[in-house]
Formats: sequence, structure tokens, C-alpha cells
Amino acid sequence: MNSGIPLEFFLILATIMFFTGIYGFLTRRNLITILMSVELILNSVNINFLAFNRYLFPGKMEGHFFSLFVIAVAAAEAAVAIAIIINIYRRFNTINVETVDEMKY
Amino acid sequence: MADFGYTIWILIIPFLTFVVLGLFGMKLKAKISGLAGTAALGVVTALSYITAFSYFSGNGMTNGVFHKIVAFNSVWLNLTDQLHADIGFLLDPISVMMLIVVSTVSFMVHIYSLGYMKGEKGFERYYAFLSLFTFSMLGLVVATNIFQMYIFWELVGVSSYLLIGFYYTKASAVAASKKAFIVTRFADLGFLAGILLLSFNTRTFDFVTLTDLNGPAVTSTGGAVFMGMSVMTWSMLLIFMGGAGKSAMFPLHIWLPDAMEGPTPVSALIHAATMVVAGVFLVARMFPVYYFSAPEALHFIAWVGAFSSLFAAVIAITQNDIKRVLAYSTISQIGYMIFSLGVSGYGGHDGLGFMASNFHLFTHAMFKSLLFLGAGAVIHAVHTNYMTEMGGLRRYLPITNATFLIACLTIAGIPPLAGFFSKDEILTAAFHHDKLLFAIQYAVAGLTAFYMFRLYFSVFHGKERQYHHTPHEAPATMTVPLIILAAASVLSGFLPFSSLVTSDGVPFESHIEFGIAIPSVLIGIVGIAIAWVMYKKETALPDRMAETFKLGYKWAYNKFYIDELYLFITKKIIFNHIASPVAWFDRHIVDGTMNGIAWVTQTVSFKIRGLQSGQLQKYAFVFVSGVIGLVLVFIYILN
Amino acid sequence: MEGSQIMFAIFALVIIIFSVFTVTSRKILRAAVSLLFVLIATAGLYFLLNYQFLAAVQITLYAGGIVVLIIFSILLTSQISHKFEAVEWKKSIFSVLASAFGAVVVITTILRHTFEADQAIAAEVNMNLIGKSLLSTGHDGYVLPFEVISILLVAAMIGAIAIAKKGSPHKDLKNNN
Repeated sequence: MNSGIPLEFFLILATIMFFTGIYGFLTRRNLITILMSVELILNSVNINFLAFNRYLFPGKMEGHFFSLFVIAVAAAEAAVAIAIIINIYRRFNTINVETVDEMKY
Repeated sequence: MADFGYTIWILIIPFLTFVVLGLFGMKLKAKISGLAGTAALGVVTALSYITAFSYFSGNGMTNGVFHKIVAFNSVWLNLTDQLHADIGFLLDPISVMMLIVVSTVSFMVHIYSLGYMKGEKGFERYYAFLSLFTFSMLGLVVATNIFQMYIFWELVGVSSYLLIGFYYTKASAVAASKKAFIVTRFADLGFLAGILLLSFNTRTFDFVTLTDLNGPAVTSTGGAVFMGMSVMTWSMLLIFMGGAGKSAMFPLHIWLPDAMEGPTPVSALIHAATMVVAGVFLVARMFPVYYFSAPEALHFIAWVGAFSSLFAAVIAITQNDIKRVLAYSTISQIGYMIFSLGVSGYGGHDGLGFMASNFHLFTHAMFKSLLFLGAGAVIHAVHTNYMTEMGGLRRYLPITNATFLIACLTIAGIPPLAGFFSKDEILTAAFHHDKLLFAIQYAVAGLTAFYMFRLYFSVFHGKERQYHHTPHEAPATMTVPLIILAAASVLSGFLPFSSLVTSDGVPFESHIEFGIAIPSVLIGIVGIAIAWVMYKKETALPDRMAETFKLGYKWAYNKFYIDELYLFITKKIIFNHIASPVAWFDRHIVDGTMNGIAWVTQTVSFKIRGLQSGQLQKYAFVFVSGVIGLVLVFIYILN
Repeated sequence: MEGSQIMFAIFALVIIIFSVFTVTSRKILRAAVSLLFVLIATAGLYFLLNYQFLAAVQITLYAGGIVVLIIFSILLTSQISHKFEAVEWKKSIFSVLASAFGAVVVITTILRHTFEADQAIAAEVNMNLIGKSLLSTGHDGYVLPFEVISILLVAAMIGAIAIAKKGSPHKDLKNNN
């Protein structure tokens, strides 16, 4: 089935996606784009789990279910995040992450 | 042995007077505070006379020898088991004699000031300071140990500072008081060093132990030797440095003429009769130690005294300010006293110099304070200090004239007045010790007579000047002390001093050596005669003499430029080369370091503040970097 | 070249390119759409790995739910016509360095490690198995996480409603720059 594709390829792909997401998280100014980067990160982790499950532990199911729950949690988290973003927008009239700095010195 | 416990009141009363007048003087009427101060001092004087009478009439003697009685002594500061500073009251011939001198002159000055300082602003403050001074001086003379003497020494200096600078709105008075304090304080540095050396060597501060002939001070062989002189010699020389500062010996004499900026009664009390003789008293107190353990110091002291005498006398013959003449005369006469101690021996008749020095101290206090108070009366009448603006005052000030004449005759050494007896004893002691020193002091005797009568004739005789208003005689409060002091000047010569105050407490018989007495009287008369010729009537003779000795006159008139020399040393050398670099160092390096530390702290904290920026992405960046770092550490480095 | 390899190559390429677009695009809607493509390509990867159910869930939830949610929120915060400024230099450089360095570290670790496969028989992951596992207790049972997730979802729902509710007493501040 997956004999042609070595495990490392999946892992490297996931890594690239992960660090792209981190770059986006650190760089982007809009709160919503930061949320998108976080989704990227979560997805890369999912790929990792599934690849390991399929290649290293074919008889078990932990990775599969873990990914399932990650997707569920990601959905819930995205909903709450959007609610917060809307609240911030109401207060500051902008969703630039640099304006939300009231916890500073 | 009589109980001398009441003597403690001699110290307590002036101190209480100072406190009361100082705190409440402004609330009382001026006259009340003056009378209160005077009355308190009257009590002190009475107590001093009672003490003296009791001591000298037998209570101070055992087996015919006067010894030291400690009336009161309590430990004040326990430095080690053996070394402790006490506060106490010591009675012995010289301290009892000083009690009489200080209290009498102070009492006279108190009464005199009622008239002289009447209406002055700060009248109460004046009396408070006078009480403080009296307390300090009395404490000094009855000190049981050298540490207590040092404390009261400093107190006397403070009182002098306060009184010289009494007219504090006058810049010259302020400068003079600072100069007096600084010069004497500098001398006291030597004094303290000497005290420390001495007490380190002998393990005691106490006078009874120090002057004990079998005690550690007298019998010590000196210990270490530094630059050719033993430790004892060094310590006694340093102690003498303190005494020389207070007694205005060359080269620490510069403060005394300037101290005339204070009120005249203050000059009479402090700078003629009492404070300036503190140095003489100190050497007299430590005399056994000087004689037995540091004879080279004693020799040096004799030369310092003789030189100061001559130096001051030469300057005095050119000065025009009455008080300055009297100030230099004081320096000269104290030179006599110091010199006499220097040439003295020890024990019985050999201690003639010691006895003569104290005798001269006594008589000098009487006639010098009389001279100053008389000068005060003159200044009070004509409102000027300068002899050139005075003349012919004998018509207007009869009592002042008479008493001033008596005082001048005394200082010139004319018998049977007191000055003759005391000065003659000094010259006798000098003659038997060193002929050269005798010759110097003999010449000074002549100069003394000359400048004193120059002063007398210029003020009371000579050509009458135009005065603003007719000079009137001083009020009774001022003339009564003059009369009393004149009587003392006449009569005190007949006191049997040699049976009361001697170097070892053993009374002896002193007699007049006519071989010395007659020449000293003659030179006094010669001095008076020259002054008569030059000054009794207005002549051109003084100016011609000044012209002939032009350079000498110029140098003497300018006090041999000693003040200018000191100013040069302090301003050009010490300020510029020592004080300025030190100040620069303090400002830039010491302060700079502190400022630098503060600046560094501030800058670093400012930078660290950025860690709490509130910026989400900065936090995330740190987080990510940390995680990557940890991964590196755990996987690669720790494996 | 087998078919799966070609498919994998295509999917990988799509993922990489579009995720880069997501994080660098200056128009937000383009970023959202790029994200959508990434998520769909990921679903394709799941199909490759024979996890069909998960791929379906991925498409349903992620692509169909979350991206739509994101687009809604873009509209709600009126950002749709907003064009971003370029990122400032310093921030960009540091982030690139950090990410690249991290990527290098992880990839090096992956490549150095030898993965040993567990020699077991592959289980057929079908709906039957998934359903049974989700609801069974015991060794292979996931009923506890299932219940916890449901509670989490309820909490998230309530929380989102509470946070985003209008009518809070504090005034809406103007942009406080």
C-alpha cells in the first residue's frame, strides 16, 4: 500500500508545514491570519500522528483517534478564538495584534 | 584634711548660667540677664577665694609640702582597663592660683561689660558666652587628667570663636574668629597626637600619675627613638605645639592680633589674662615630665618663648592701633612666661623659673586686663582705635589716666609695683641658666617699657585732636573694675609667691638679687625716657626715626609679612596643588562611580523592560526559540 | 513511479506552496482560500494513508467548517478589503531564522533516526471498528475521551456565545493608538 513512500517524506512534509505555521504565527499582524497559522500547525501534527500510526504501529489505533480528537478540539478552539477576535474588534476597532498590548510594563 | 566637695559648684554655676541665659536670655530684659550673669560669677569668685584660702592656709599641705588633692573624680569613658578618661576636680598650687586669676578677671569683666556693652544688640548672648567661657577655662585648670583638659581646651577655643565673632555682621570679625579657631585647631592636632603618644607610652591620662616622680612618665627611658629624639620628647614637643597655638607663640601667633575684632572686654578676659595663658599652664602642669624625660623639649621651649618675645616687641613699637599694640604686648609677655618655664630647674630654689613664670602669669593677668579695660574706656570715649587720632585725653579721663599709668609702670618693671617683682625673678632665673637668652629678654624688657609708654604718651599726652564731642569719663560700672585691678597690680607684687607656688610643692625663700634688679629697672627707665622724648609732646622725631630705619620700620609695621606667607602657602600651594586635585577626584571619580552605577542600573532595567512588552508575537518568538534550544540540548548535547 | 507516489508528490507540492501563500499573502481572503487548499490536500494525504473516515471528517470539519468560520469572521471584522503592509524587516528575519533553524534541527533528527516498524498485521480501519472503539470501554476503548470531547464542545459553545455576546456594559473604545 504505502511501500513506495518512505515514512520520512511524510515527516519532513509535516515539519515544513509546522515551521511555516510558526513563521506565520510570529510574523503576521492580523489576528485572523495568526489563527490560520495555528490551524496549519495543528494539521501538520495530525499528519505526523497518522503517518506514525500507519507505518510504525499498524495494529494499533491510537494515532488515528488522537487525530480525530485533535480535529474536534481544533474546531472548538477556532470557534472560541473567533468569538474573542470579534470582542477585541468591538473594543479596539482593529484586529492588529500589536494594539492588544495592555499587559505590558 | 578639709572637705573640698563644694568646689564642684565652681564648675556647675557658670555652666548653669550659660544654659539659662542661652535659652531664656531673649525673654529676660537685657539688664536682668547681665546682672544675673555677674551675680553668678560673683558667687564663683567667692567660692574660689574660699578654696584658695583654705588650700594655702594649711589644708593643702602635709609635712610642709603642697600636694595635689583630688576633690572629685568620676570615670567618664572607659577605653581599656588601664586607660580611662575621667571628669574631675584637681586642687594643687597652680590650679588654685588659676582659679583666683580666672574668676577675678572674669568677675571684673562681667561688671565692666554692664557699662561697656550697654545697649548693644545681643547683650544676653554676650553674657551667656562669657559664662560658657568661664566654665570652660575653670574646667581646664582643674582637670584631673589630660584628656579632660583637652576637652575643655577645645571648649575654650569654641567660646573664643563665639566671642571674637560676636559682631557677626562684620566681615572682618567673622574672618578673625575663623582664623583664631582654625589656627588653634591646627595646633590642637599636635596636642592630640602628643596626648596619644604619651598615654600609649605611659598607659595613663591621669595627671597625678603622670607627674608622680616615681611614675611611668618621669622614669621612662623613652622607648623607641625616632629621628634622634625619644618618644617622650616627641610627645612633649607635640603637646607643646598645642600650647603654643593657644598661647600665640611664633609661628602660630597670627590669630591673636586679629582677635582684637571682638569686644574689648572679651579681649581683656580671653586674650590677655586667661585663655592665652592656657599654654603656659599646660607646660607648668606637665613640668616634671618635661624636666626629667624631655629636657631637649624644654630647651626648645625656652628659645621659642624668647624669640616670640623679641619678635612681638619689635612689631609692637610700630603699630598704631591701641588694641594691636596691647595684643603684641601680650604675645611678648607670654613669651616671657614660656621662656621662664624653659630655663627652670626642679626642686626648691632651682625651680625659680617655674615660680617666676606663674608669678608673672598672675601679675600679668591683673595689669594686662587693666590695660585692655582702660583701652576700652578710651575707645568708648573717642570712638576710634587709632593712636594717631587721640591725644591729651588726661584732662577728660582722669581715672582712666591714673589706672592706665599704673599699669604701664607695672609692665615696665618699676618697683614697687607688681611687674617689677615678677619680671625680676624671671630675669634672675634666666641669668643663671643661659647668658644669651638673658640678654635677649633684657633687651625685650627695654623695648616693652618703650612701646608701652609710647602708647601712654600718645593717648593721654601729646597734642590734643579735634574730637566729635567732648570725651567723657566712663561710667562707674567701668571705672570701678579699673580701680580694683589697679590696686591688684600694685599689691600683688607683695604676695609671698615662692612659699605658695613652686615646682615641687616645697616652699622656698626668694630674694631680690640686686645685681640683676638694678640694671632691669634702669633699662625700664631708659625706655620710658626715650618714649618721653619722642612722644610726650608732638615732635617730628618719630617720623625721622622711621625714615632712618626705613626698611626695618616697613617690615615691623607689616608684621614681618607672616600673614602673607601663610596665605601664600595655603592658597597657592595647598589649595591649588593638593585640595583641587582631591576635589576633582571626589567629584568625578567617587561621585562619578556612584552616578555610573545608577546609570548602568537604569539602562539595563530599561532594556530588560522590553521583555514585558505585551506583544504576543514577541512572547511566542521567545517561546519557540526556547523550545528549539531545549531540543538541541536534550537530543544532541546531553547524549 | 507508482500512482501513489505521483499523488503524494502532487499533494505535497500543493501543501507546501499554499501554506507559504497562507502565511505571506497580503490580502486576507487569498490567505483564507490558500488555507482551504492546504486542508483539502491534507485530506488527500489522509486518503493515501487509507484513513478514509478521517479524511472525510477533515473535509467536513476543517475545510467546510473552520474555513467558512474564518471567512465569516473576516467579514464581521470588515477586513475584507484591507491590504496588509509589508512585514518589517527585523521581525521577518528573526522569525525566518528561528523557523528555518528549527526545521533544520528537526529534519536532521528525523533523518538520523532509524524507524523500526512494528511487525503486526495492519488493522482494517473501517466504520465498524471506529464506531465500536469509540463506544467501548476496556483496552481499545475510547469512550472516555469521547465524552470529554463532548463536554469540551459544549463548553466551547457556551463560551463562544458568552464572549461574543453584544450588550456588555463597557463602551467600545476608539482605536487607542
